[in-house]
Amino acid sequence: MKTGYLRQMLRGPAMAVLMAGLGAAIVLPLSSAAFAAPKKEFKLAWTIYVGWMPWQYAAETGIVKKWADKYGIKIDVVQVNDYVESINQYTAGGFDALTVTNMDALSTPAVGGVDTTALIVGDFSNGNDAVILKNKGKLADIKGQKVNLVEFSVSHYLLARALSSVGMKEKDVKVVNTSDADMAGAWKTKDVTSVVTWNPIVEEVMIDKAARKVFDSSQIPGEIIDLTVANTETLKDNPDFGKALAGIWYETLALVVSQSPEGKAAREAMGKASGTDLAGFEAQLAATKLFDQPAAASAFTKGAEIGATMDKVRRFLFEHKLLGNDAKSVDVVGIELADGKVLGDKKNVKFRFTDTYMSAAAAGKL
Amino acid sequence: MRMINRHPPKGLVLLLALLPFFLVFLTYVTASAIRLADNPADKLLPALSSIADAIDRMAFTVNARTDDILMLVDTLASLERLAISLAISITLAIVAGLAIGLLPYPRALFSTFVDTFSMVPPLAVLPILFITVGLGEAAKITLITIGITPPLIRDVAMRTADIPRQQLVKAQTLGASTWTLTLRVVLPQVLPRLIDSLRLQIGPAWLFLIAAEAIAAEAGLGYRIFLVRRYLAMDVILPYVAWITLLAFMMDFGLRILQRRAFPWFADARASA
Repeated sequence: MKTGYLRQMLRGPAMAVLMAGLGAAIVLPLSSAAFAAPKKEFKLAWTIYVGWMPWQYAAETGIVKKWADKYGIKIDVVQVNDYVESINQYTAGGFDALTVTNMDALSTPAVGGVDTTALIVGDFSNGNDAVILKNKGKLADIKGQKVNLVEFSVSHYLLARALSSVGMKEKDVKVVNTSDADMAGAWKTKDVTSVVTWNPIVEEVMIDKAARKVFDSSQIPGEIIDLTVANTETLKDNPDFGKALAGIWYETLALVVSQSPEGKAAREAMGKASGTDLAGFEAQLAATKLFDQPAAASAFTKGAEIGATMDKVRRFLFEHKLLGNDAKSVDVVGIELADGKVLGDKKNVKFRFTDTYMSAAAAGKL
Repeated sequence: MRMINRHPPKGLVLLLALLPFFLVFLTYVTASAIRLADNPADKLLPALSSIADAIDRMAFTVNARTDDILMLVDTLASLERLAISLAISITLAIVAGLAIGLLPYPRALFSTFVDTFSMVPPLAVLPILFITVGLGEAAKITLITIGITPPLIRDVAMRTADIPRQQLVKAQTLGASTWTLTLRVVLPQVLPRLIDSLRLQIGPAWLFLIAAEAIAAEAGLGYRIFLVRRYLAMDVILPYVAWITLLAFMMDFGLRILQRRAFPWFADARASA
């Protein structure tokens, strides 16, 4: 009898229900974005980088909770160990906000159809990214060398800008894709003669006496920008989320640049959390143009340079087929600047800059 | 009737075998359709047509920038690394495995060391590997070899030790030297078992290959996957994963055929063991 019952069950509607349930269980988490609902809980993904450490400090010291409570929401600040994975998870709908560079925000979420708004322009790299050669003092010496870098990252962009500054093209070197986690180790091997990377790896590599910095991001100021972005739709439906993020950010940054004992303690904690110490963290801060004043961040966002930068960035991405393989022109994805001007396709705007939240912070209206 | 005695009819066997594949396929298509309805440019679960485009672009079109067919270049690069490491691993496994399994002195010397060494996770000591062998092909081949050789050696040693003592004694009474005995009695019995063990190591070998290519490379199946992951090009990653699966499956299948052809007696020996 027992087997008969089992057989019945396997054939009957119970099996169908089981299979349907199983199917739904697999499909639903993959399509959560399809169900927009009024939200009270938000998730921000961040990764370790000098310009993003304030998020971790803010979460740990209760600044995040303070501002979230003020707007009656909950903000979960999640550290993701792998930068690329954090972008991919945000793009797939796993996070509402993300720390990311201007270039990566365009190449992954925006090209992937996830309308993204840059609501905080945190800093730009002012020396944190560098081209380093072994025993050679001139950038022109890079010709014909193998260059180890994370392909399609801001390092790749920096290399392209560096090469064009001395009249060379990418064809004049051979790019070897190398994981950032292994860059410092790679430098110590004999066959690696040049790398392009970012801090704290730059500091690590520069310890070697043979290392010569031949080009860095301070030579292209304002082009590698570190942002905090959010999903445009989520932000539109929940402006309080954006206001809370801006509130958290500028309260924390005031501490980061403060000369008070509290400021020093904050910098020390952030340094420790990013694998260095107070001195190391301050050295990295020195190579970063941090917009600690919301008014300055807002002015930079509204300025003319950012449009010119985004134009260079999108051309770089287009040349490397990163605006989509079937992209016919550089205009395929629209980028809206803070003044409403659009670069590229006006009907397909997927990446936006806005000074709304920074200006509100500057005006004390949060 | 007991479950253990209920066999599906012949026609149903194939259908049952295909059913899980079909369900996975169906789940994918459904989930992809739901996501694409929400965002037509979604990259996580691309439509089958985008995947077909990507396959066409990667496998059947000459790349304008490099003048190569990327998937072919990647496949050849990966297979070459895999073939060299497997050749080295097999040789090491036979030599060291037989020595440990058969000869008391090497056993005393290496047995514990190999047992211990096989537990070291190779990926955790990567920086040391880079400094010693550099970042080039040698590093990738070494990583795969370090990853799969210890289990192979241990298996050969254990299988050698499994050979009935009487056989060895008999061969010796018939005048066999250690060398003849190894070559004529032990090796033929160990080789088909080595194929079994090799089949189990194909998976780890691919894992180490892809890990090695992710760290630093200019070509390779793992290199491409980690490269395009940078902008979430699942339309390229998914066909590459399917292709790797197929290649690994073919290698497994090939080894099974080889075992049957080269050691036809082994199936019976295994059944009666």
